[in-house]
Amino acid sequence: MSSAYLVGAVVAMAAVTYFLRALPFLFFGRREPPALVAYVARYLPPVIMTILVLNSFKGLKLDRAPWGLPELASAALVAALHAWKRNALVSIIGGTALYMALIRLL
Amino acid sequence: MERESIRSNGRSWAAALKATVPVLLGYTTLGAAFGLLLVNAGLPFWLAPLMSLVLYAGAAQFMAIGLLASGAGVLEMALLVLALNARHAVYGLSLLGRFEPCKRWRPYLVFGLTDETYGLLSTLDAPEGSDEAQREAFYAAVTLLNQAYWNLGTLAGALAGVAAKGIAGFDAAGLDFALTALFVVLLVEQLRSMRRPEPYLVAFAAAALAFLALGPERLLLAAILLSVAGILALRRRLP
Repeated sequence: MSSAYLVGAVVAMAAVTYFLRALPFLFFGRREPPALVAYVARYLPPVIMTILVLNSFKGLKLDRAPWGLPELASAALVAALHAWKRNALVSIIGGTALYMALIRLL
Repeated sequence: MERESIRSNGRSWAAALKATVPVLLGYTTLGAAFGLLLVNAGLPFWLAPLMSLVLYAGAAQFMAIGLLASGAGVLEMALLVLALNARHAVYGLSLLGRFEPCKRWRPYLVFGLTDETYGLLSTLDAPEGSDEAQREAFYAAVTLLNQAYWNLGTLAGALAGVAAKGIAGFDAAGLDFALTALFVVLLVEQLRSMRRPEPYLVAFAAAALAFLALGPERLLLAAILLSVAGILALRRRLP
């Protein structure tokens, strides 16, 4: 892993992020954004989060022990904790602790 | 005159300190998780503070760990960040008016527009009776403090990661599940605010299709592009 590759990738991602954050200030001024842009932007967050969660599970081996149980059970705990307490830290630490325990026990 | 301005800027900073306490708690711990995971993934220590300084985008930084560690293409990563952070392109829309008089700090205010900073700056305002300069000082203080918390956490986590490597028998296997957990948490938050089923179904179908057609390697970007197409196709059904 060369330093040039790492720095180059970080600079590219930083440039894209800054461009996105500056976009409204560059193009729209005080005008309303195009309706289509606002429409897609409204539905992107739930779409992206769903895909990111599914993407985390793409490597699961469901056909052999422990049948993806550590991942699925821990993710279920995270969701349950968060629906209940709505404290991101509690949810993340609780689910990660369960996962770390399950992969050692199962 | 000079003393007057220092005292009034002090009031803006005090208000910003108070407003950013929740971010202090969240950013230091999440930043520490980021630093720790980056070092654990076998990436060099210095990359963690560099990313928190120049990229400064939580979800993108976490996602980049795995991609950088596996040597993913720079263009692919840039496109993924484009899709992942596309939401930031709408944040500024509600801050155009507020940032308009902030000539000196505006480039940095725009740079620092994370989810949490946006949340604070779009919801709260400077202390009552603030003039234009004091408003700008308040916005700048909130943005600077938030990035300081994030960088503090990042540095602490990366140092802990380096230290843990020296401790015999330290077994961090499974710690990276914190990333999956973070995304599950954000999804639950989305489920609270976006109660229509369509976006989730579109995303699920797109991910399944991308997985079956292209396999796990290219899933993320393909699924996002397919979803955007799906959302556009639903234009007549969705408000």
